[in-house]
Amino acid sequence: MNSSAPIAITVANMHKTFGKLEVLRGISLTAHEGDVISILGSSGSGKSTFLRCINLLETPDEGVVTVAGETIEMKRRSDGHVVPVSQRQVDRIRSRLGMVFQNFNLWSHMTILENLIEAPVHVQKRPRAECIEEAKELLAKVGIADKANQYPSNLSGGQQQRAAIARALAMHPSVMLFDEPTSALDPELVGEVLRVMRSLAEEGRTMLVVTHEMGFAREVSSHVMFLHQGQVEAEGAPADLFNDGGTERFRKFISGQAQAPA
Amino acid sequence: MMSLDFIWLTFLRLIAALPVTIEVWFLSILFGGFVAACVTWMRVSGILPFSLFARLFIFIFRGSPLLIQLFIIYYGLPSIPFARHSFLWPFLREPFYCAVLSLALCTAGYTSEIFRGALAAVPRGQVEAARACGMSGFLLFRRIILPIAARQALPAYSTEVISMTKATALVSLITLWDVLSVALKIRNDTLITYTPLLIAGAIYYVFNYILARVFVWLEYVVSPHLRRRVY
Repeated sequence: MNSSAPIAITVANMHKTFGKLEVLRGISLTAHEGDVISILGSSGSGKSTFLRCINLLETPDEGVVTVAGETIEMKRRSDGHVVPVSQRQVDRIRSRLGMVFQNFNLWSHMTILENLIEAPVHVQKRPRAECIEEAKELLAKVGIADKANQYPSNLSGGQQQRAAIARALAMHPSVMLFDEPTSALDPELVGEVLRVMRSLAEEGRTMLVVTHEMGFAREVSSHVMFLHQGQVEAEGAPADLFNDGGTERFRKFISGQAQAPA
Repeated sequence: MMSLDFIWLTFLRLIAALPVTIEVWFLSILFGGFVAACVTWMRVSGILPFSLFARLFIFIFRGSPLLIQLFIIYYGLPSIPFARHSFLWPFLREPFYCAVLSLALCTAGYTSEIFRGALAAVPRGQVEAARACGMSGFLLFRRIILPIAARQALPAYSTEVISMTKATALVSLITLWDVLSVALKIRNDTLITYTPLLIAGAIYYVFNYILARVFVWLEYVVSPHLRRRVY
Protein backbone atom coordinates (compact mmCIF):
# COMPACT_ATOMS: atom_id res chain seq x y z
CA MET A 1 0.00 0.00 0.00
CA ASN A 2 1.19 3.46 -0.83
CA SER A 3 0.25 5.14 2.43
CA SER A 4 1.91 8.44 1.57
CA ALA A 5 -0.56 9.09 -1.27
CA PRO A 6 -3.89 10.81 -0.50
CA ILE A 7 -6.78 8.55 0.48
CA ALA A 8 -9.06 7.75 -2.50
CA ILE A 9 -11.78 5.82 -0.73
CA THR A 10 -12.56 4.48 2.70
CA VAL A 11 -15.22 2.06 3.78
CA ALA A 12 -15.87 1.72 7.48
CA ASN A 13 -17.67 -1.10 9.24
CA MET A 14 -19.91 -2.26 6.37
CA HIS A 15 -22.83 -4.49 7.37
CA LYS A 16 -25.44 -6.03 5.10
CA THR A 17 -28.20 -8.54 5.76
CA PHE A 18 -30.47 -10.22 3.22
CA GLY A 19 -33.45 -11.35 5.24
CA LYS A 20 -31.91 -13.41 8.02
CA LEU A 21 -28.64 -13.97 6.18
CA GLU A 22 -25.83 -11.76 7.41
CA VAL A 23 -23.74 -11.30 4.29
CA LEU A 24 -21.37 -8.59 5.52
CA ARG A 25 -20.34 -8.44 9.14
CA GLY A 26 -18.29 -5.33 9.55
CA ILE A 27 -15.81 -4.90 6.70
CA SER A 28 -13.54 -1.89 6.46
CA LEU A 29 -11.14 -0.82 3.78
CA THR A 30 -8.90 2.12 2.97
CA ALA A 31 -7.44 2.67 -0.47
CA HIS A 32 -4.87 5.34 -1.20
CA GLU A 33 -4.55 6.72 -4.70
CA GLY A 34 -2.85 4.20 -6.90
CA ASP A 35 -3.71 1.22 -4.70
CA VAL A 36 -4.96 -1.94 -6.33
CA ILE A 37 -6.86 -4.00 -3.80
CA SER A 38 -7.88 -7.51 -4.75
CA ILE A 39 -10.82 -8.91 -2.83
CA LEU A 40 -10.82 -12.68 -2.71
CA GLY A 41 -13.10 -15.24 -1.16
CA SER A 42 -15.10 -18.31 -1.99
CA SER A 43 -18.62 -17.92 -3.33
CA GLY A 44 -20.97 -16.66 -0.64
CA SER A 45 -18.19 -14.91 1.25
CA GLY A 46 -19.78 -11.52 0.55
CA LYS A 47 -17.12 -10.08 -1.74
CA SER A 48 -19.46 -9.04 -4.57
CA THR A 49 -22.02 -7.70 -2.11
CA PHE A 50 -19.27 -5.67 -0.48
CA LEU A 51 -18.34 -4.09 -3.81
CA ARG A 52 -21.99 -3.43 -4.69
CA CYS A 53 -22.59 -1.80 -1.30
CA ILE A 54 -19.78 0.66 -1.98
CA ASN A 55 -21.63 2.36 -4.84
CA LEU A 56 -25.02 1.61 -3.26
CA LEU A 57 -26.25 -0.88 -5.86
CA GLU A 58 -27.09 -2.65 -2.63
CA THR A 59 -27.93 -0.48 0.35
CA PRO A 60 -25.78 -1.38 3.32
CA ASP A 61 -27.48 -1.66 6.71
CA GLU A 62 -24.57 0.05 8.34
CA GLY A 63 -21.26 1.47 7.23
CA VAL A 64 -19.73 4.68 5.99
CA VAL A 65 -18.36 5.17 2.49
CA THR A 66 -16.14 8.17 1.77
CA VAL A 67 -14.95 8.87 -1.76
CA ALA A 68 -12.29 11.55 -2.26
CA GLY A 69 -13.22 13.14 1.04
CA GLU A 70 -17.01 13.14 0.47
CA THR A 71 -19.04 10.85 2.71
CA ILE A 72 -22.27 9.35 1.39
CA GLU A 73 -24.92 10.49 3.83
CA MET A 74 -27.36 7.83 4.94
CA LYS A 75 -30.36 8.00 7.24
CA ARG A 76 -32.55 5.44 8.95
CA ARG A 77 -36.22 5.68 8.03
CA SER A 78 -38.92 5.16 10.61
CA ASP A 79 -39.49 1.63 9.30
CA GLY A 80 -35.87 0.77 10.09
CA HIS A 81 -34.56 0.79 6.50
CA VAL A 82 -31.42 2.73 5.80
CA VAL A 83 -31.64 5.00 2.76
CA PRO A 84 -29.41 7.64 1.23
CA VAL A 85 -30.24 11.20 2.24
CA SER A 86 -29.80 12.60 -1.24
CA GLN A 87 -30.15 10.76 -4.53
CA ARG A 88 -28.25 13.62 -6.15
CA GLN A 89 -25.24 12.95 -3.93
CA VAL A 90 -25.46 9.24 -4.64
CA ASP A 91 -25.50 9.94 -8.40
CA ARG A 92 -22.52 12.27 -8.05
CA ILE A 93 -20.47 9.78 -6.08
CA ARG A 94 -21.44 6.92 -8.38
CA SER A 95 -20.14 8.90 -11.33
CA ARG A 96 -16.75 8.96 -9.57
CA LEU A 97 -16.76 5.20 -9.12
CA GLY A 98 -16.32 3.38 -12.41
CA MET A 99 -18.00 -0.01 -12.17
CA VAL A 100 -17.18 -3.01 -14.33
CA PHE A 101 -19.62 -5.91 -14.10
CA GLN A 102 -19.22 -9.64 -14.50
CA ASN A 103 -21.73 -9.64 -17.37
CA PHE A 104 -20.47 -6.41 -19.02
CA ASN A 105 -23.96 -4.86 -19.04
CA LEU A 106 -23.31 -2.72 -22.07
CA TRP A 107 -26.47 -0.99 -23.28
CA SER A 108 -27.63 -3.24 -26.05
CA HIS A 109 -29.46 -0.56 -28.07
CA MET A 110 -26.41 1.66 -28.41
CA THR A 111 -23.21 1.29 -30.37
CA ILE A 112 -19.96 0.91 -28.45
CA LEU A 113 -19.14 4.57 -29.01
CA GLU A 114 -22.61 5.62 -27.83
CA ASN A 115 -22.14 3.45 -24.75
CA LEU A 116 -18.94 5.32 -23.97
CA ILE A 117 -20.29 8.85 -24.37
CA GLU A 118 -23.70 8.25 -22.77
CA ALA A 119 -22.86 9.08 -19.17
CA PRO A 120 -20.22 11.76 -19.88
CA VAL A 121 -22.73 13.62 -22.07
CA HIS A 122 -25.93 13.09 -20.09
CA VAL A 123 -24.70 12.79 -16.49
CA GLN A 124 -21.58 14.92 -16.51
CA LYS A 125 -22.92 17.30 -19.20
CA ARG A 126 -19.63 17.48 -21.04
CA PRO A 127 -19.52 18.63 -24.67
CA ARG A 128 -20.41 15.81 -27.02
CA ALA A 129 -17.56 16.37 -29.47
CA GLU A 130 -14.99 16.26 -26.70
CA CYS A 131 -16.53 13.04 -25.31
CA ILE A 132 -16.44 11.39 -28.74
CA GLU A 133 -12.75 12.24 -29.19
CA GLU A 134 -11.92 10.89 -25.77
CA ALA A 135 -14.05 7.78 -26.27
CA LYS A 136 -12.14 6.96 -29.45
CA GLU A 137 -8.85 7.29 -27.58
CA LEU A 138 -10.13 5.01 -24.83
CA LEU A 139 -11.26 2.40 -27.35
CA ALA A 140 -7.83 2.52 -28.96
CA LYS A 141 -6.30 2.10 -25.54
CA VAL A 142 -8.27 -1.07 -24.80
CA GLY A 143 -7.58 -2.31 -28.31
CA ILE A 144 -11.02 -2.15 -29.96
CA ALA A 145 -10.86 1.13 -31.88
CA ASP A 146 -12.34 -0.63 -34.91
CA LYS A 147 -15.50 -1.60 -32.95
CA ALA A 148 -16.68 1.94 -32.21
CA ASN A 149 -19.73 1.68 -34.46
CA GLN A 150 -20.61 -1.94 -33.72
CA TYR A 151 -23.32 -3.00 -31.32
CA PRO A 152 -22.40 -4.95 -28.17
CA SER A 153 -24.04 -8.12 -29.49
CA ASN A 154 -21.52 -8.17 -32.36
CA LEU A 155 -18.54 -8.31 -30.00
CA SER A 156 -16.93 -11.24 -28.24
CA GLY A 157 -17.13 -11.39 -24.46
CA GLY A 158 -13.57 -10.17 -24.06
CA GLN A 159 -14.19 -7.26 -26.41
CA GLN A 160 -17.42 -6.39 -24.61
CA GLN A 161 -15.65 -6.37 -21.27
CA ARG A 162 -12.89 -4.15 -22.61
CA ALA A 163 -15.58 -1.82 -23.96
CA ALA A 164 -17.23 -1.84 -20.53
CA ILE A 165 -13.90 -0.90 -18.93
CA ALA A 166 -13.54 1.94 -21.43
CA ARG A 167 -17.10 3.04 -20.63
CA ALA A 168 -16.21 3.25 -16.95
CA LEU A 169 -12.98 5.13 -17.71
CA ALA A 170 -14.86 7.68 -19.82
CA MET A 171 -16.34 9.10 -16.61
CA HIS A 172 -12.86 9.96 -15.26
CA PRO A 173 -13.57 7.97 -12.11
CA SER A 174 -11.35 8.37 -9.07
CA VAL A 175 -11.79 4.68 -8.20
CA MET A 176 -12.53 1.70 -10.44
CA LEU A 177 -14.64 -1.15 -9.08
CA PHE A 178 -14.34 -4.53 -10.81
CA ASP A 179 -16.91 -7.18 -9.94
CA GLU A 180 -15.47 -10.48 -11.14
CA PRO A 181 -14.63 -8.99 -14.53
CA THR A 182 -13.32 -12.21 -16.05
CA SER A 183 -15.69 -14.76 -14.53
CA ALA A 184 -18.12 -14.79 -17.46
CA LEU A 185 -15.42 -15.11 -20.10
CA ASP A 186 -14.16 -18.08 -22.03
CA PRO A 187 -10.72 -19.01 -20.72
CA GLU A 188 -8.94 -17.86 -23.87
CA LEU A 189 -10.51 -14.39 -23.55
CA VAL A 190 -9.52 -13.81 -19.92
CA GLY A 191 -5.99 -12.75 -20.82
CA GLU A 192 -6.97 -9.76 -22.97
CA VAL A 193 -9.11 -8.30 -20.18
CA LEU A 194 -6.47 -8.92 -17.51
CA ARG A 195 -3.89 -7.20 -19.71
CA VAL A 196 -6.03 -4.07 -19.87
CA MET A 197 -6.55 -4.16 -16.10
CA ARG A 198 -2.85 -4.61 -15.53
CA SER A 199 -2.03 -1.59 -17.69
CA LEU A 200 -4.54 0.48 -15.70
CA ALA A 201 -2.85 -0.59 -12.48
CA GLU A 202 0.52 0.34 -13.91
CA GLU A 203 -0.61 3.84 -14.77
CA GLY A 204 -1.57 4.36 -11.14
CA ARG A 205 -5.34 3.92 -11.11
CA THR A 206 -7.05 3.15 -7.82
CA MET A 207 -8.82 -0.16 -8.25
CA LEU A 208 -10.90 -2.48 -6.10
CA VAL A 209 -11.05 -5.85 -7.80
CA VAL A 210 -13.26 -8.74 -6.78
CA THR A 211 -11.70 -11.66 -8.59
CA HIS A 212 -10.87 -15.32 -8.75
CA GLU A 213 -7.69 -14.67 -10.73
CA MET A 214 -4.98 -15.58 -8.26
CA GLY A 215 -2.24 -14.56 -10.68
CA PHE A 216 -3.67 -11.06 -10.97
CA ALA A 217 -4.15 -10.74 -7.21
CA ARG A 218 -0.62 -11.88 -6.56
CA GLU A 219 1.27 -9.98 -9.25
CA VAL A 220 -0.70 -6.80 -9.84
CA SER A 221 -2.40 -5.84 -6.59
CA SER A 222 -0.79 -3.83 -3.85
CA HIS A 223 -3.06 -5.30 -1.21
CA VAL A 224 -5.15 -8.44 -0.90
CA MET A 225 -8.26 -8.94 1.23
CA PHE A 226 -9.59 -12.42 1.83
CA LEU A 227 -13.20 -12.54 2.95
CA HIS A 228 -14.88 -15.41 4.71
CA GLN A 229 -18.50 -15.38 5.87
CA GLY A 230 -18.76 -11.62 5.62
CA GLN A 231 -15.62 -10.78 7.51
CA VAL A 232 -12.01 -10.11 6.62
CA GLU A 233 -10.27 -13.38 7.34
CA ALA A 234 -6.83 -12.31 6.18
CA GLU A 235 -5.29 -9.31 4.45
CA GLY A 236 -1.96 -7.82 3.61
CA ALA A 237 0.56 -7.32 0.85
CA PRO A 238 0.38 -10.17 -1.64
CA ALA A 239 4.06 -10.96 -1.15
CA ASP A 240 3.44 -11.67 2.53
CA LEU A 241 0.03 -13.26 2.20
CA PHE A 242 0.86 -15.63 -0.60
CA ASN A 243 4.15 -16.68 0.97
CA ASP A 244 2.84 -18.59 3.93
CA GLY A 245 1.11 -15.59 5.46
CA GLY A 246 -2.62 -15.48 6.12
CA THR A 247 -4.64 -18.11 7.84
CA GLU A 248 -5.03 -21.81 7.36
CA ARG A 249 -8.28 -21.17 5.49
CA PHE A 250 -6.60 -18.69 3.14
CA ARG A 251 -3.86 -21.18 2.32
CA LYS A 252 -6.48 -23.80 1.65
CA PHE A 253 -8.36 -21.34 -0.55
CA ILE A 254 -5.40 -20.45 -2.71
CA SER A 255 -4.40 -24.03 -3.11
CA GLY A 256 -7.88 -24.61 -4.47
CA GLN A 257 -8.92 -26.75 -1.55
CA ALA A 258 -11.40 -24.35 0.02
CA GLN A 259 -14.73 -25.95 0.71
CA ALA A 260 -17.75 -24.05 -0.53
CA PRO A 261 -19.73 -22.88 2.49
CA ALA A 262 -22.75 -24.99 3.25
CA MET B 1 -71.52 -6.19 -66.98
CA MET B 2 -74.02 -5.58 -64.25
CA SER B 3 -72.14 -7.36 -61.50
CA LEU B 4 -68.81 -5.66 -62.22
CA ASP B 5 -70.59 -2.35 -61.94
CA PHE B 6 -72.06 -3.47 -58.66
CA ILE B 7 -68.65 -4.46 -57.35
CA TRP B 8 -67.17 -1.16 -58.38
CA LEU B 9 -69.99 0.92 -56.89
CA THR B 10 -69.90 -1.09 -53.68
CA PHE B 11 -66.17 -0.62 -53.51
CA LEU B 12 -66.52 3.13 -53.92
CA ARG B 13 -69.17 3.35 -51.19
CA LEU B 14 -67.11 1.26 -48.79
CA ILE B 15 -63.93 3.23 -49.48
CA ALA B 16 -65.90 6.39 -48.77
CA ALA B 17 -66.64 4.99 -45.31
CA LEU B 18 -63.01 4.08 -44.65
CA PRO B 19 -62.15 7.48 -43.13
CA VAL B 20 -64.65 6.85 -40.31
CA THR B 21 -63.06 3.47 -39.57
CA ILE B 22 -59.58 4.99 -39.64
CA GLU B 23 -60.57 7.95 -37.46
CA VAL B 24 -62.11 5.72 -34.81
CA TRP B 25 -59.11 3.42 -34.99
CA PHE B 26 -56.51 6.19 -34.86
CA LEU B 27 -58.11 8.15 -32.02
CA SER B 28 -58.66 5.06 -29.90
CA ILE B 29 -55.05 3.95 -30.45
CA LEU B 30 -53.87 7.44 -29.54
CA PHE B 31 -55.97 7.85 -26.38
CA GLY B 32 -55.69 4.17 -25.54
CA GLY B 33 -51.91 4.42 -25.67
CA PHE B 34 -51.96 7.43 -23.41
CA VAL B 35 -54.30 5.77 -20.92
CA ALA B 36 -52.20 2.58 -21.11
CA ALA B 37 -49.04 4.53 -20.27
CA CYS B 38 -50.78 6.01 -17.22
CA VAL B 39 -52.16 2.63 -16.13
CA THR B 40 -48.75 0.99 -16.58
CA TRP B 41 -47.16 3.71 -14.51
CA MET B 42 -49.75 3.18 -11.76
CA ARG B 43 -49.32 -0.58 -11.97
CA VAL B 44 -45.56 -0.47 -11.43
CA SER B 45 -45.51 2.62 -9.19
CA GLY B 46 -45.26 0.56 -6.03
CA ILE B 47 -48.02 2.71 -4.51
CA LEU B 48 -50.71 0.28 -3.38
CA PRO B 49 -53.92 2.23 -4.21
CA PHE B 50 -52.57 3.06 -7.69
CA SER B 51 -51.47 -0.48 -8.33
CA LEU B 52 -54.84 -1.84 -7.19
CA PHE B 53 -56.69 0.62 -9.41
CA ALA B 54 -54.53 -0.39 -12.39
CA ARG B 55 -55.19 -4.09 -11.73
CA LEU B 56 -58.92 -3.44 -11.51
CA PHE B 57 -58.84 -1.43 -14.73
CA ILE B 58 -57.00 -4.18 -16.59
CA PHE B 59 -59.26 -6.82 -15.05
CA ILE B 60 -62.41 -5.07 -16.26
CA PHE B 61 -61.37 -3.93 -19.72
CA ARG B 62 -59.36 -6.97 -20.64
CA GLY B 63 -61.74 -9.39 -19.01
CA SER B 64 -65.07 -8.43 -20.57
CA PRO B 65 -66.24 -8.37 -24.20
CA LEU B 66 -65.62 -5.13 -26.02
CA LEU B 67 -69.18 -5.23 -27.36
CA ILE B 68 -70.58 -5.13 -23.83
CA GLN B 69 -68.30 -2.22 -22.93
CA LEU B 70 -69.42 -0.43 -26.08
CA PHE B 71 -73.11 -0.95 -25.33
CA ILE B 72 -72.73 0.06 -21.70
CA ILE B 73 -71.03 3.30 -22.67
CA TYR B 74 -73.40 4.05 -25.53
CA TYR B 75 -76.71 3.00 -23.98
CA GLY B 76 -75.81 3.09 -20.30
CA LEU B 77 -74.12 6.47 -19.82
CA PRO B 78 -77.17 8.60 -20.74
CA SER B 79 -79.09 7.01 -17.88
CA ILE B 80 -76.58 8.32 -15.38
CA PRO B 81 -77.57 11.91 -14.47
CA PHE B 82 -73.98 12.72 -13.56
CA ALA B 83 -72.82 11.90 -17.09
CA ARG B 84 -75.73 13.74 -18.65
CA HIS B 85 -74.94 16.93 -16.77
CA SER B 86 -71.20 16.85 -17.12
CA PHE B 87 -69.32 19.08 -19.53
CA LEU B 88 -68.46 15.93 -21.49
CA TRP B 89 -72.08 15.27 -22.42
CA PRO B 90 -71.83 16.95 -25.86
CA PHE B 91 -69.21 14.31 -26.62
CA LEU B 92 -70.73 11.37 -24.81
CA ARG B 93 -74.03 11.62 -26.66
CA GLU B 94 -72.27 11.24 -30.00
CA PRO B 95 -71.87 7.62 -31.09
CA PHE B 96 -68.50 8.53 -32.59
CA TYR B 97 -67.03 9.57 -29.25
CA CYS B 98 -68.68 6.68 -27.42
CA ALA B 99 -66.98 4.38 -29.89
CA VAL B 100 -63.59 6.04 -29.43
CA LEU B 101 -63.99 6.02 -25.65
CA SER B 102 -64.84 2.35 -25.33
CA LEU B 103 -62.27 1.20 -27.89
CA ALA B 104 -59.61 3.34 -26.22
CA LEU B 105 -60.36 1.98 -22.75
CA CYS B 106 -60.43 -1.57 -24.01
CA THR B 107 -57.16 -1.36 -25.93
CA ALA B 108 -55.62 0.43 -22.94
CA GLY B 109 -56.30 -2.66 -20.85
CA TYR B 110 -54.34 -4.85 -23.23
CA THR B 111 -51.69 -2.29 -24.11
CA SER B 112 -50.81 -1.54 -20.50
CA GLU B 113 -50.05 -5.22 -20.00
CA ILE B 114 -47.85 -5.16 -23.11
CA PHE B 115 -46.04 -2.11 -21.73
CA ARG B 116 -45.64 -3.73 -18.32
CA GLY B 117 -44.17 -6.86 -19.81
CA ALA B 118 -41.75 -4.82 -21.92
CA LEU B 119 -40.66 -2.88 -18.85
CA ALA B 120 -40.20 -6.02 -16.81
CA ALA B 121 -38.05 -7.53 -19.55
CA VAL B 122 -35.52 -4.69 -19.56
CA PRO B 123 -32.30 -6.44 -18.51
CA ARG B 124 -31.60 -5.65 -14.87
CA GLY B 125 -27.89 -5.48 -15.50
CA GLN B 126 -28.23 -2.69 -18.04
CA VAL B 127 -30.28 -0.65 -15.59
CA GLU B 128 -27.69 -1.28 -12.89
CA ALA B 129 -24.92 -0.18 -15.22
CA ALA B 130 -26.81 3.07 -15.78
CA ARG B 131 -27.26 3.58 -12.05
CA ALA B 132 -23.59 2.89 -11.50
CA CYS B 133 -22.83 5.69 -13.99
CA GLY B 134 -24.85 8.14 -11.91
CA MET B 135 -28.15 7.98 -13.77
CA SER B 136 -31.42 7.94 -11.84
CA GLY B 137 -35.02 9.02 -12.09
CA PHE B 138 -36.28 10.41 -15.37
CA LEU B 139 -32.85 10.49 -17.03
CA LEU B 140 -32.46 6.75 -16.42
CA PHE B 141 -35.97 6.12 -17.72
CA ARG B 142 -35.60 8.31 -20.80
CA ARG B 143 -32.13 7.20 -21.89
CA ILE B 144 -32.03 3.51 -20.96
CA ILE B 145 -35.30 1.94 -19.77
CA LEU B 146 -37.70 3.50 -22.28
CA PRO B 147 -35.63 2.87 -25.45
CA ILE B 148 -35.08 -0.77 -24.51
CA ALA B 149 -38.68 -1.34 -23.35
CA ALA B 150 -40.17 0.35 -26.42
CA ARG B 151 -38.24 -1.92 -28.76
CA GLN B 152 -39.35 -4.93 -26.75
CA ALA B 153 -42.96 -3.80 -26.80
CA LEU B 154 -43.07 -3.27 -30.54
CA PRO B 155 -43.95 -6.79 -31.80
CA ALA B 156 -46.79 -7.32 -29.30
CA TYR B 157 -47.95 -3.73 -29.65
CA SER B 158 -48.17 -4.02 -33.44
CA THR B 159 -50.45 -7.03 -33.01
CA GLU B 160 -52.68 -5.01 -30.70
CA VAL B 161 -52.81 -2.08 -33.11
CA ILE B 162 -53.73 -4.37 -35.98
CA SER B 163 -56.37 -6.21 -34.01
CA MET B 164 -57.88 -2.83 -33.15
CA THR B 165 -58.68 -2.11 -36.80
CA LYS B 166 -60.85 -5.19 -36.73
CA ALA B 167 -62.39 -4.23 -33.40
CA THR B 168 -63.60 -0.98 -34.97
CA ALA B 169 -66.07 -3.04 -37.01
CA LEU B 170 -68.14 -3.34 -33.83
CA VAL B 171 -69.02 0.35 -33.98
CA SER B 172 -71.38 -0.48 -36.83
CA LEU B 173 -73.71 -1.63 -34.04
CA ILE B 174 -74.05 1.84 -32.54
CA THR B 175 -75.12 3.61 -35.73
CA LEU B 176 -71.71 4.75 -36.96
CA TRP B 177 -71.25 4.58 -40.71
CA ASP B 178 -67.98 2.72 -40.83
CA VAL B 179 -66.91 0.28 -43.56
CA LEU B 180 -68.80 -2.68 -42.12
CA SER B 181 -72.07 -0.84 -41.47
CA VAL B 182 -72.11 0.46 -45.05
CA ALA B 183 -71.52 -3.10 -46.27
CA LEU B 184 -74.40 -4.35 -44.13
CA LYS B 185 -76.62 -1.58 -45.44
CA ILE B 186 -75.82 -2.53 -49.04
CA ARG B 187 -76.59 -6.14 -48.24
CA ASN B 188 -79.93 -5.19 -46.73
CA ASP B 189 -80.84 -2.93 -49.63
CA THR B 190 -79.80 -5.31 -52.42
CA LEU B 191 -80.15 -8.74 -50.80
CA ILE B 192 -76.72 -9.52 -52.24
CA THR B 193 -75.01 -11.02 -49.22
CA TYR B 194 -71.43 -11.94 -49.95
CA THR B 195 -70.12 -9.35 -52.37
CA PRO B 196 -70.29 -6.35 -49.99
CA LEU B 197 -68.91 -8.41 -47.10
CA LEU B 198 -66.03 -9.77 -49.16
CA ILE B 199 -65.12 -6.33 -50.43
CA ALA B 200 -65.29 -4.92 -46.89
CA GLY B 201 -63.08 -7.77 -45.67
CA ALA B 202 -60.59 -7.07 -48.43
CA ILE B 203 -60.41 -3.39 -47.48
CA TYR B 204 -59.63 -4.30 -43.85
CA TYR B 205 -57.09 -6.81 -45.09
CA VAL B 206 -55.22 -4.34 -47.29
CA PHE B 207 -55.20 -1.73 -44.55
CA ASN B 208 -53.83 -4.24 -42.04
CA TYR B 209 -51.27 -5.50 -44.50
CA ILE B 210 -49.91 -1.98 -44.91
CA LEU B 211 -49.91 -1.53 -41.11
CA ALA B 212 -48.04 -4.78 -40.61
CA ARG B 213 -45.40 -3.77 -43.18
CA VAL B 214 -44.99 -0.41 -41.47
CA PHE B 215 -44.35 -2.14 -38.16
CA VAL B 216 -41.88 -4.58 -39.70
CA TRP B 217 -40.03 -1.62 -41.17
CA LEU B 218 -40.15 0.21 -37.82
CA GLU B 219 -38.75 -2.79 -35.99
CA TYR B 220 -35.98 -3.07 -38.53
CA VAL B 221 -35.07 0.59 -38.19
CA VAL B 222 -34.92 0.64 -34.39
CA SER B 223 -33.14 -2.67 -33.94
CA PRO B 224 -29.83 -2.41 -35.78
CA HIS B 225 -28.27 -4.27 -32.83
CA LEU B 226 -30.29 -7.38 -33.66
CA ARG B 227 -29.35 -7.52 -37.31
CA ARG B 228 -26.63 -9.74 -38.54
CA ARG B 229 -23.38 -7.94 -38.82
CA VAL B 230 -22.63 -6.60 -42.29
CA TYR B 231 -18.95 -6.82 -43.08
